[in-house]
Amino acid sequence: MKKEPVNIKELDPNSRITGFNEVVCGYTEAEAIEEAKRCLQCNNPTCIEGCPVEIDIKKFIYQITQKDHRGAYFTIREKNNFASICGRVCPAEYQCRKACVLNKNKKEFPFASDGTINIHFLERFIGDYGIKNNLDISVSKNKKLSQFKVAIVGSGPAGLCCGGELAREGIEVVLFESLHKTGGVLRYGIPPFRLPADVLDAEINYLKKLGVKIITNCVIGRTKSIDDLFKEGFSAVFLGVGAGVPSFLGIDGETLGNVYSANEFLTRVNLMGAYMFPQFHTPINIGKNVIVIGGGNTAMDAARVSLRLQKMKGLKPNTKILYRRTEVEMPARRPEIEHAKEEGIDFNFLIQPIDFVGDEKGFVKRVRCLKCELGEPDSSGRRRPLPIEGSEFEVECDAAVVAVGLKANQLLTSVTPQIELDKWGDVIVNSQTMETSMKGVFAGGDIVGGEGTVIEAMGMAKKASQAMINYLSRQ
Amino acid sequence: MKILHKEVLADTGGVRITKIKLSAPDIAKKAAAGQFVVVMVSKEGERIPLTVAEKDQASGTITLIFQEVGLTTKLLGRLGPGDSVYALAGPLGHATETKNYGNVIVIGGGVGIAEIYPVARALKETGNKITTIIGARTKDLLILESQLKSLSEQLYITTDDGSYGKRGFVTDILQELLAKKQISYSLIYAVGPIPMMEKVSQITKETNIKTIVSLNALMVDATGMCGCCRVTVGGNVKFSCIDGPEFDGHFVDWKELQKRSSIYIDPEQHICRLQNL
Repeated sequence: MKKEPVNIKELDPNSRITGFNEVVCGYTEAEAIEEAKRCLQCNNPTCIEGCPVEIDIKKFIYQITQKDHRGAYFTIREKNNFASICGRVCPAEYQCRKACVLNKNKKEFPFASDGTINIHFLERFIGDYGIKNNLDISVSKNKKLSQFKVAIVGSGPAGLCCGGELAREGIEVVLFESLHKTGGVLRYGIPPFRLPADVLDAEINYLKKLGVKIITNCVIGRTKSIDDLFKEGFSAVFLGVGAGVPSFLGIDGETLGNVYSANEFLTRVNLMGAYMFPQFHTPINIGKNVIVIGGGNTAMDAARVSLRLQKMKGLKPNTKILYRRTEVEMPARRPEIEHAKEEGIDFNFLIQPIDFVGDEKGFVKRVRCLKCELGEPDSSGRRRPLPIEGSEFEVECDAAVVAVGLKANQLLTSVTPQIELDKWGDVIVNSQTMETSMKGVFAGGDIVGGEGTVIEAMGMAKKASQAMINYLSRQ
Repeated sequence: MKILHKEVLADTGGVRITKIKLSAPDIAKKAAAGQFVVVMVSKEGERIPLTVAEKDQASGTITLIFQEVGLTTKLLGRLGPGDSVYALAGPLGHATETKNYGNVIVIGGGVGIAEIYPVARALKETGNKITTIIGARTKDLLILESQLKSLSEQLYITTDDGSYGKRGFVTDILQELLAKKQISYSLIYAVGPIPMMEKVSQITKETNIKTIVSLNALMVDATGMCGCCRVTVGGNVKFSCIDGPEFDGHFVDWKELQKRSSIYIDPEQHICRLQNL
């Protein structure tokens, strides 16, 4: 047995920042088999508990060692319709790999050690194998369920997952998306160099093959209300509308020109194609010095997008990340932090912005900051950053991206008073069934749990889909 | 999302105001005065907000009126009956609160006249007495005069060059009307260029008359997701798309709004030059 993990091929940092091509190339079959053979095939595997949708990881890895990729594909499909997406964006080092028996990191360390099995790369290999070989699963012909029509609101990870699960049972599924393209955060948020559009399209096409009907440009809560959906003959509704509204720092100068929320910055580039301006018409202002504030995956994505835009514009890449804690507390995925470093992102830790300063035309020109030190752990378990008095300094910038999280979007819930919300505006659900206080309306993803991962959203959506099937069966 | 009808309302000195009627049954069913839609002309296009000027539920159509100022509105102006837009979503934003206020002045400047028209109609329907002031740079750019006349107790017209109505600005008339003190107005509703709305708000603040303005902030998704349209109102940052587009004019930070609306002037001019528009 090989002790060391099989490295995955990646594009060279200097060449990859000239465009938006996928950075991680994926395992070849030989590499996948070699990595799969490192798995100890534990009698009592712990990795499965680390997976929010409980994929039978031990089994699909064993199937890879036997070259039964088709079998491995269906093992994953049992639990997860989107192996190619999850294999790319799941924070495996915080989930299944952290639970892997080979994890040598101590308990208090938030993520897995490098020697754990590269479960996500294997999942991706199998997902891509399925797409390449057009592997489909048959839809069950449940006569009782096939008479029902269900509406899914939002085509992000939760909506796609729930729609897929219901369609597999033969239920008629209509998926409503407010934007002109499907995918939600997978499209507008995650850049194509992490999740290429053709992979996302292939996974969504799978839903279409299952018979899911997709309606874009339809804003539920505005174009149609939830009551309208019931009147149109839908028997149940799933809300997967995401968190949506970007948080800002609440400091002076935040409305200056070229101060972006990460959502706006990434939406302009990923969804609207601003990196292909002027062939695409949506502009983005990128300058010589860009700063990104935050330490999550969104901050990494924004910084790496910024660096590429600078390079493509012929500027010297110069993008800084300012984060108020240190590297170990960063919630971002470890490989993405590494990718960002390799590409030349300048990380600056223990820094808290206090205001933005603008020029006479109203564009941001610098950010004033304080240095921080770490105090006692806060409610998140991470050590609280404490600003140091008198440590003020300035950082020049001509664009700034604020990537400090999201709040609930109440566009839909504000016109649907039957749905109870918590104090943050998130939808309150029965944690067993994901049912809301409105009869026949279920919810999952960020509108329920605040900011979670793609696979956590899918985990909730799966739970909801089971409850919805039970709900419909009782009708 | 097919265009059924098109009419050029004004075309002079390089300024063109165009009206299109689109098939959009779902939007026509819901759209109320004060709301807008998002339009994408092509798959490469921008998402821009446009106010719904008219709707007809029976025929399932909505009407948009826009001035061809930037790339997207110019491209939209090139389309004609039979053409489709790539994307159309809405109605978005809050509808105007149309109760009976009593005496109301609606003020429209330039293409803003298209935005006060549905509001004036809705206010008329709820029993308000409407005084209308509309203004344009010159006579040929004045739109919807007859439609607004039929809704209004009085209609006042101004042009910058004096070619029609009174020479001057809509705010001159507003000042005169308020100075007369003959009628007590409970609401002023104004849409137009930012300096016009700012001036209206300054005038009405002195006598403390409730003043609603509808802001034309830049937007991307227009559903609260990006924050491009943020505007400071009474010291709080609001999103025009989900908190507006109407706000109390007395509390809007106009200087900031003016600057934010100019963020993309350079790339806009660049792309228009490239496309010979």
